[in-house]
Amino acid sequence: MPTKHTLLSSAVGFGIAALASTAVAEEITIATVNNADMIVMQKLAPQWEEATGNTINWVVLEENVLRQRTTQDIATGGGSFDIMFIGAYETPIWGANGWLTSLNDFGDDADYDLEDIFQLVRNGLSADGNLYAVPLYSETSFTFYRTDLFEKAGIEPPTEQITYTEFAEMAAKLHDPDNGVFGTCQRGKAGWGENMAFVGTMANAFGARWFDMDWNPQLDSPEWNAAITYYVDLMNNSGPPGATANGHNENRALFKDGKCATWVDATSAANDVRNPATSNVADVTDFFQAPKQETDKGTGWFWSWALAIPASSQKADIAKDFLKWATSKEYFQMVGDTEGWVAVPSGTRASIHEDPRLLEAAPFAETIKNAIFSVDPADPTRDPVPYTGVQFVAIPEFQGIGNYVGQQVAAALAGQMSVEQALANSQQFAVREMTKAGYIK
Amino acid sequence: MARAVSNRTKVANTAIAGALGFLMFFPILWILVLAFKTEEDAIRAPLEVLFGSGWTMESFATVQARSDYFKHFSNSVIISLGSTFLGLLVAIPAAWSMAFVPSKHTRNVLMWMLSTKMLPPVGVLVPIYLIFRDLELLDSRFGLTIVLMLINLPIIIWMLYTYFKEIPGEILEAARMDGATLRAEILYVLTPMAIPGMASTVLLNIILAWNEAFWTINLTASNAAPLTQFITSYSSPEGLFYAKLSAASVMAIAPILIMGWFSQKQLVRGLTFGAVK
Repeated sequence: MPTKHTLLSSAVGFGIAALASTAVAEEITIATVNNADMIVMQKLAPQWEEATGNTINWVVLEENVLRQRTTQDIATGGGSFDIMFIGAYETPIWGANGWLTSLNDFGDDADYDLEDIFQLVRNGLSADGNLYAVPLYSETSFTFYRTDLFEKAGIEPPTEQITYTEFAEMAAKLHDPDNGVFGTCQRGKAGWGENMAFVGTMANAFGARWFDMDWNPQLDSPEWNAAITYYVDLMNNSGPPGATANGHNENRALFKDGKCATWVDATSAANDVRNPATSNVADVTDFFQAPKQETDKGTGWFWSWALAIPASSQKADIAKDFLKWATSKEYFQMVGDTEGWVAVPSGTRASIHEDPRLLEAAPFAETIKNAIFSVDPADPTRDPVPYTGVQFVAIPEFQGIGNYVGQQVAAALAGQMSVEQALANSQQFAVREMTKAGYIK
Repeated sequence: MARAVSNRTKVANTAIAGALGFLMFFPILWILVLAFKTEEDAIRAPLEVLFGSGWTMESFATVQARSDYFKHFSNSVIISLGSTFLGLLVAIPAAWSMAFVPSKHTRNVLMWMLSTKMLPPVGVLVPIYLIFRDLELLDSRFGLTIVLMLINLPIIIWMLYTYFKEIPGEILEAARMDGATLRAEILYVLTPMAIPGMASTVLLNIILAWNEAFWTINLTASNAAPLTQFITSYSSPEGLFYAKLSAASVMAIAPILIMGWFSQKQLVRGLTFGAVK
């Protein structure tokens, strides 16, 4: 029978333990977008909270608001967030500015196995040899196509990378608007992350580049003219009406609804399109590489959504602990076990891409991996360039320039101005911005 | 003598007013419709959305399950009521002095206050953000209440000043002759006479504070985030989100819409107060 003394000492012991656990428990704040992978993470995060005693405040924002809000906080050292969900565009720029905490020490943790994360992805999230973010998922672009429509039209699905000229011929054959099927659906909505993601890679294929080695804009070059002329013709001849209103989301919905025969877009949409619960064309969709033209360089984009810790965070150690948990092999396996392997974020870890459970649930995972491996952000164009990035240029000025060019291209697509005029305006704007920023003396 | 208005003119005026009213209300109506659709139905052609698809509450259930609505709601209530109350504390004496004991600078002061509303908020975002960071007011309800009070203060003062100007100064003089103190004069003589105007000022200020999105999104993270941030969290870079975003919007605007509906009589009376004498 316990004595009074034993009970008292036990009570004191529990009290001290409770106080100790209260003292170490911390609350971290994570700023993120509202996408499927982050929703799954929010669902699973209580397991980390239970294991560590820490808690998470999720701040979910619209993508553009998130960019503006996190940029403002990190640039002023506001310290509102301990972890930020950022992309492959911001990470190297912010890292080089000293705004992010280096994650190089993740390499010392054998359990985490940093080497298992694809080298290409790690490079994209580094600056000056330092890793500044760890990826949740990575993507490139490839061609979604309807196997049933190809068969009906007597088109043999490509096994090698085709040219954009061949692609336009295919789209024209498949175009059947009377029966509600458009030959191709491509992004038309203006924005550096919308139409310019597709147009940028297409321009690379046509041999175009944003800047020469002296940072002079090249938007009035014959290569850009050929690319944009092709794009406008393709969309006018084989695309849906009102394409300037269609971004990634709208085209994804059109494709899943059976309205598009082809679509060049993000590999990360493959899981959704091939999911019978959310797509009408799950069983009749397959993929091939994004087309080439003058060159096969930079024909598929590279993007990664990743988690980073602002240098202003006061809880960097706890934030690091969460980052390790949320991008560990065990986390991806947990997503597979709880949400189904088709929902596992792709393009991040070699071991996950080799997992037989993933290969069985998502046979196209191998195609995605190969497509990602075919991209080299450090060498994205036919002619040499001073920048890295395939569909973007990793300099702070690109956002403004990319958005402006996107608006001009959308105006050309809508028939409000000629391709020549759109590119002349774009060139003029880019020269002005680059001169103002000091790139051009 | 009242001007005779023909029935035809009346019908035409009513039709134009009705059409304009419908046009202004249409975005809200469409949000309401989409909130009760599935994501797949929400992106169909407008006629298909209305007549070719079913109705569901699933978006409300998803939003309710994924977010802490009541935390955002209570932040909105605290911030909008708090900023209005604080604003009145400052604005009533200020409007009184300008209406009843004006100086030669009163007009300039009023114009200067109004001119602060012409400054784009983003122009002062960084300085205010830095001040908030240094005072540790980021993501605090108190900080946000102060900012919203300051932003809406010119409107409150202008409205109260206009209402106070309509009240004959002789009544206040009579109160003073009867021995009323300044406090008693404002509390027991001026305020009861200006109640309709003050009510509409309060209502308008609550609506403005409730709907304010720039500062409430930029100065908060999670603890003080009101319903404006709750709405923005349902816009997604990938996949379909119109139905969930509409459901979140309906949940965010419903309280203020209901309040506006019940108080529209006071609101209209207050806003037109003094126009016809």
